Amino acid sequence: MSETSSRLDLEHVDPDEVREETMIINMGPQHPSTHGVLRLLLELDGENVVSCQPIVGYLHTGIEKNCEYRTWQQGVAYVTRADYLAPFFNELGYCLAAERLLGIEAPPRAQVLRVLFCEMNRIASHLVWLATTGMELGAISMMLYGFREREVILDVFEAATGLRMNHSYFRIGGVIMDLPPDGPAQIREFLRVMPGRIREYERILSENPIWLERNRGVGHLSADRALAFGVTGPMLRAAGVARDVRKDEPYCGYETYEFGVPTASEGDCYARYLVRVEEMKQSLGIVEQCLDRLAEPGPVMVEDPKLRWPAQLEVGPDGIGNSPAYVRHIMEESMEALIHHFKMVTEGISVPAGEVYQPVESPRGELGYYLVSDGGHRPYRVKIRDPSFVNLQAVPAMLEGALVADAIAVIASVDPVMGGVDR
Amino acid sequence: MPVERLPGRHDGRATSDVEEEVRRGVLLTTLDRAVSWARKQSMWPVTFGLACCAIEMMATGAGDYDLSRWGMELFRASPRQADLMIVAGRVSQKMAPVLRTVYDQMPEPKWVISMGVCASAGGMFTNYAIVQGVDTIVPVDVYVPGCPPKPEMLMYGILRLHEKVRTRGRVR
Amino acid sequence: MRPEELAERVRARVPEVTVARGEATVVVDRARVLAVLAEVRRDDDLAFDFLSSVTATDWPGRAPRFWVSYELSSTRHRHRLRVKVGIDEDDARLPSVTSLFPTADWHERETFDLYGIVFDGHPNLSRILLPDDWEGHPLRKTEELGGVDTRYKGAFVPPVDRRTT
Repeated sequence: MSETSSRLDLEHVDPDEVREETMIINMGPQHPSTHGVLRLLLELDGENVVSCQPIVGYLHTGIEKNCEYRTWQQGVAYVTRADYLAPFFNELGYCLAAERLLGIEAPPRAQVLRVLFCEMNRIASHLVWLATTGMELGAISMMLYGFREREVILDVFEAATGLRMNHSYFRIGGVIMDLPPDGPAQIREFLRVMPGRIREYERILSENPIWLERNRGVGHLSADRALAFGVTGPMLRAAGVARDVRKDEPYCGYETYEFGVPTASEGDCYARYLVRVEEMKQSLGIVEQCLDRLAEPGPVMVEDPKLRWPAQLEVGPDGIGNSPAYVRHIMEESMEALIHHFKMVTEGISVPAGEVYQPVESPRGELGYYLVSDGGHRPYRVKIRDPSFVNLQAVPAMLEGALVADAIAVIASVDPVMGGVDR
Repeated sequence: MPVERLPGRHDGRATSDVEEEVRRGVLLTTLDRAVSWARKQSMWPVTFGLACCAIEMMATGAGDYDLSRWGMELFRASPRQADLMIVAGRVSQKMAPVLRTVYDQMPEPKWVISMGVCASAGGMFTNYAIVQGVDTIVPVDVYVPGCPPKPEMLMYGILRLHEKVRTRGRVR
Repeated sequence: MRPEELAERVRARVPEVTVARGEATVVVDRARVLAVLAEVRRDDDLAFDFLSSVTATDWPGRAPRFWVSYELSSTRHRHRLRVKVGIDEDDARLPSVTSLFPTADWHERETFDLYGIVFDGHPNLSRILLPDDWEGHPLRKTEELGGVDTRYKGAFVPPVDRRTT
């Protein structure tokens, strides 16, 4: 209705005079389908998206600033909560960067454990993606299936690290505890059931006409545009570019594992779905190789007493705590051990001055940690290059000429985790 | 101005009034209890998952820790159709007005569960960016600590809220 | 190519190149940022065509105060380079590299938001992580960590980094 007339005159509508106005609609930040607190400002012409502006920042936590006020080891607890669906990758990037600044390397068993947990985390993250994407596009039962499998993985995490999420398990110098005695058996049981479950998901979705209709040809992003936007991860690989930090710049011994990097060529939502499902299968292969390497025992933390976390933690009935033998040692037997423990826990380690950029391949793409040290006990600058932050820049390009319903499919296929985007 | 005196006892209430009150009280107490019971039986949460706690909230709603045993698996996207807001995750300064708007849009009666330490007290993020406790913005009924709280912890908090509603609910 | 060879290649164009911890870092001054980035992209042996990250570090005691670093990588050769620019706090401006690398859009907005460094030529330089009406640039070292200032019955709880109890 125009400002001049207060009633729509239906008798004398002139089709040539129909005004074309676009409607500006706000999607989010509180929305069931935006994968967290993402706000999309959509300009709509009917159902067609004319333009789209993602607005982020609704989960800005100040993690980077907080890390500057804590010790190096405490930084792990902060960064693990950035991308909360892939906490092990955050910890890995931070610890690898700090270890490069220190000039040390974690012991081989710790590296195998790191790869093991990272790959299981990749599967868990892709399961959440599959669950939420399925639910948003109408396959509501996928939500239950995805979270059912994820519970199996979280049981393994809980048995090994004490927590289901945000573990603080990787530390500078290694990992904080070894696997429990029944850990490998639990993981083998998971490996036994998982391939069948992935086949089940493919049976439900891959040839499903509704799934195809909503995902094929939707959200197309070509390889050049993706690279120009700085997109990495499954989005880039679905456009045909075989870029994976694990292959290009291997870390933690990834060059010694046999795995493939799946790519697709269409660059649409369906291609990203195929790439992620295939990645889950490849990760299962890597987990199996890790289990074989864990047969021999070994240390899981560096030996240097100036760097290693002083405690001997174990998962007790009420959570993680120091082993009673260690507590007896520092409280009753050795004063030096007590002083050392006190210093390491309160003051922490000191890292030589310098800067380093360490990329790791998280489920969403290249997760980079830029760490600057001034030689002290606290990080001077912790910058998290989060893949979702960069991948979201490509959303307006993918939504050109799309429908509103496609916006849901596109956001889902980007798989953003707003904790990483906003940090 | 002369006060009109009612016949009977002069302690401010008439005998008939007292009886009337007692009778009304019994009826309404039973009604209170019935309505409170009904309210807690299927409390619909509004989707307000923000960060890591949201994932645990989704896990609580999923198959393994089923919330639909209490009729709560249906997370309503529209606050107009919900009566419970589980603030799951850290609330940033930018999100705080949105939180208050969604809370205001919910019709009475409504309850708030503050899930996780970040929502309850700011958590580990004692900095410029995070609201140090959502009880500075909305009134909270139950605080569930944890980072993130396990689904069992959230369920315990939800059941405590149900008890609170059942025992202290008032119709008027 | 290995960082040392990389350093040699780039040293012809840019005077200050360091190699540390397996990484090559190049320091340029503000006027040559765009030129250097374009050159290392054009060169076939360097081919740095992917910008991973743009960020800043605040060194309040030093001059220049802000150091903006660009993390470049090459899709063809799989090597990395860091380009650093130092700018003073009175004149915290840099040319935007969005014309070369469209991905720098949000990175530069974030750096502006958190540090107050203005990127000339940026299509939409506005706050991205903090509310639009926020005052200050929190990641500067001169800004406080923040936190709750509670006054309860006359008591005052300062932000965490200034608490002594």
